Amino acid sequence: MSETRPANPAAHQGTSFPATRWSVVRAAGDPDAAVRARAMDKLIAAYWRPVYKHLRWKWRLSAPDAEDTTQDFFARALERDTFARYDPAQARFRTFVRLCVDRFVANQLQAAGRQKRGGGTPMLALDFAGAESEIAIQPVSAEPDAEAVFRREWTRSLFMLAVDDLRGLCEERGKRSHFALFERYDLERTEDGPDYAQLAAEFDLPVTQITNYLAWARRELRRLVLARLLELTATTSEYRSEARDLLGFDPGASESGETA
Amino acid sequence: MRFLPDVALQRLQSAADEPDLAGTPYELIERVGRGGMGAVYRVRDRRLDRDVALKVLDLVDPDGPGDEEARLRREARILAGLEHPGIVPVHDVGVLADGRAFYVMKLVQGERLDQRAPRMGSLGERLRLFVRLCEPVAFAHRQGVVHRDLKPENVMIGPFGEVLVMDWGVARVGRREAAGVVVGTEGYMSPEQARGETDAVDERSDVFALGAVLRFLIDQAASPGSQPAPLRSIAGRACAVDPAARYASVPELAADVVGFLDRRTVLAHHESLGERLRRWFRRYETAIVLVLVYLLLRLLLLLAMQR
Repeated sequence: MSETRPANPAAHQGTSFPATRWSVVRAAGDPDAAVRARAMDKLIAAYWRPVYKHLRWKWRLSAPDAEDTTQDFFARALERDTFARYDPAQARFRTFVRLCVDRFVANQLQAAGRQKRGGGTPMLALDFAGAESEIAIQPVSAEPDAEAVFRREWTRSLFMLAVDDLRGLCEERGKRSHFALFERYDLERTEDGPDYAQLAAEFDLPVTQITNYLAWARRELRRLVLARLLELTATTSEYRSEARDLLGFDPGASESGETA
Repeated sequence: MRFLPDVALQRLQSAADEPDLAGTPYELIERVGRGGMGAVYRVRDRRLDRDVALKVLDLVDPDGPGDEEARLRREARILAGLEHPGIVPVHDVGVLADGRAFYVMKLVQGERLDQRAPRMGSLGERLRLFVRLCEPVAFAHRQGVVHRDLKPENVMIGPFGEVLVMDWGVARVGRREAAGVVVGTEGYMSPEQARGETDAVDERSDVFALGAVLRFLIDQAASPGSQPAPLRSIAGRACAVDPAARYASVPELAADVVGFLDRRTVLAHHESLGERLRRWFRRYETAIVLVLVYLLLRLLLLLAMQR
């Protein structure tokens, strides 16, 4: 029996996780206000879209009301250190956020009329118009499972951030062709193509290079998704179970063939 | 930021899940199975131009190589040390470019026992398969390896009827292990395993699991009321709560099942006189019928001559 190792050991090292992980979920409860603010920025970047869409779909809020409520929710969470109260033993952080949103909206509805919403809270620069156009593309009208919808939107949000990270990485390393290929093949491909041969002609590259470029982009994407996830989870077990959901694993299902 | 429609999102999820085979001699073909800690893929070994199975972990542990990687590597080492037709040979082990540990083994193109069992034929066919299943387990025991998770899902039936024991990830080699570790699957796990008594776990724990597999096979073939009593006794002895009351070894269990198939005395079963006569009659059925026919013909001949 032989042992196979990656041709480029640096490639493997690049995928290793830091020995000390930085969890923004845990940092959201840090006594240092600067650390807390940095953590909240990351949390908001990952969560504002799922929260906004959850308000639109589950709570049937109008677009302007959902915008205000999203802003208020995160502003209140900042003010009151809501996320610092997260207990990993109770639920995944994602579920905790959704429940916080639901509680927040229920309280707001109760208090409606007694108090003007969003008075003086700082406004976050969030692309609500963009989120509305996404809702127009992917309308969800009668999905009964709020948790499943929230999870799907959270997954989408995380992958969108990771694709953005990948774009940045490619620009930084002078690998624009890698990203362009990845965009054409993994993001834009339809039943009509393009296939590898068409891409080879379009980019004036041999097919083997197309394979290599795409493999590199996917490897980096996987690493970036998991790196984001590592930040957004509080414990290793939460990370593992979220990763399995995120990457489309279904540990409960075993297909025909060998069990793993 | 670029929006990802569902189709693109699913494609990215799937692409990110695939093993990165850059720098290896393997070429991805398809996923053939998935379990709790990883997946198995059919890959092409370009060096030898043949298809093999690559088992890879889902994730790299964020805190450094963790239990799952250790388990996968252990499994590869155990498999490499067990050369038997009923145990899949391992060809390669390593780390992928994406950091995940993997090993490569022979591709088994078959069906799991739990999937095949409902379509299997007679009780005799099931029992003969069970005896073949006992062989690799007994072989592993002779090498000091206890499987600890035998169950129909971990048995593969090949296209030519080969029986292979899979998933040696929680197998124990020798006696080195901390107490309190519970491994196995409910319904097939011995009581000592369920209690986490790792010191008490030995080959009789696998005898218990095999007894449960035997029950599974019998139950699929006949309703409880119509199952042969000696067979129920064999499964009962294999699954005794007290390890000392079980068969001392897998070959003993297999021998009793073979004894039942050959209509010989079954050690686990105290038979009544009626049962013994029935078994004796069935065992020598042909000879008895021939003798009776012969005697009848002689009688008829005698009567004819007297007239």
